[in-house]
Amino acid sequence: MSDVERQWTTRLRRRAVAALPPDKLLPDTQPSYVASWIYVFGVTTMSALAVVIASGCLLALRGPQWWHTSSVGHFVNSLHLWSVEIFFFAMVVHLWGKYFMAAWRGGRSLTWVTGVVTFLTSVGAAFTGYVSQTNFDSQWISTQAKDGINATGAGAYFNVLNTGQMLMWHIVLLPLAAVLLTAIHVLLVRVKGVVPPFDERAGAPAVTNHDANDANDTNDEKVVDA
Amino acid sequence: MSFGNVVGALVPLNTLGRYVHWHFIQISVANLIVIALMVLTFVVALVAPFPGRRRRRENR
Ligand code: HEM
Repeated sequence: MSDVERQWTTRLRRRAVAALPPDKLLPDTQPSYVASWIYVFGVTTMSALAVVIASGCLLALRGPQWWHTSSVGHFVNSLHLWSVEIFFFAMVVHLWGKYFMAAWRGGRSLTWVTGVVTFLTSVGAAFTGYVSQTNFDSQWISTQAKDGINATGAGAYFNVLNTGQMLMWHIVLLPLAAVLLTAIHVLLVRVKGVVPPFDERAGAPAVTNHDANDANDTNDEKVVDA
Repeated sequence: MSFGNVVGALVPLNTLGRYVHWHFIQISVANLIVIALMVLTFVVALVAPFPGRRRRRENR
């Protein structure tokens, strides 16, 4: 192996391109079974997340006095809240869809697991958001939550009555984790391709025009090429 | 009058929340409505025709 071949940049680039060649990273076609509304909810969730982050950044620019008292502030605050509502709504429909498709088949278990962890992280982001409102609502929620959290012992590290700590979790740690996990989740879908339906086994009529999707399939759910 | 005032007049927001209480299950009507809407959206997503599906088949 030459020096150039041994460089970590060379090795990393080769591995990345082998796992995700450009036409798999940004495919131009999808198998025909993807032409259903149920497949729209992953992107809906992702788009809602983009609005959540953008409106959150706007809130951060001006701060609580602004979003509690000015009409533009109220508007951006509402934008933030309602994009979160759409985010969770779409995520739940998305996960129901994936559950009934058993979309973890064919070596896709990590896709499912990153989905689960993203879901839990998002719930944490929502709860820390509720206690970061700096109003009576957040006071009520945090005093209700503290006993439960203290009973688990986690209260020593995660104090829901500590506004500063909750705000930091809400605007730094949890959004960062949610966005990173979403990126991994979607890249995993790209690596494996969208899971074929149950009856799309060897022998069934081929419907895909993009064989890059099943290149990594290890089980019997393979799509046959036309 | 703002949009918020109009909506607020339709839905009384200054009262105690409404809850459905069935045996050990207790859930606010608002949350129940959201769950019903998610189930409805799920069913519609499964049965509603997806635009462009036919066109793609013709191209094959
Ligand atoms: C931030 C939240 C999430 C985002 C942005 C997201 C996004 C996506 C996207 C864009 C896809 C591509 C296919 C499609 O849209 O149907 C996908 C696939 C998938 N998602 Fe999610 N997702 C999220 C949460 C979840 C959750 C909570 C679960 C389950 C617990 C989940 C399980 C899956 C699975 C198993 C697939 C693979 C489907 C396949 O390979 O055919 N996702 N996700």
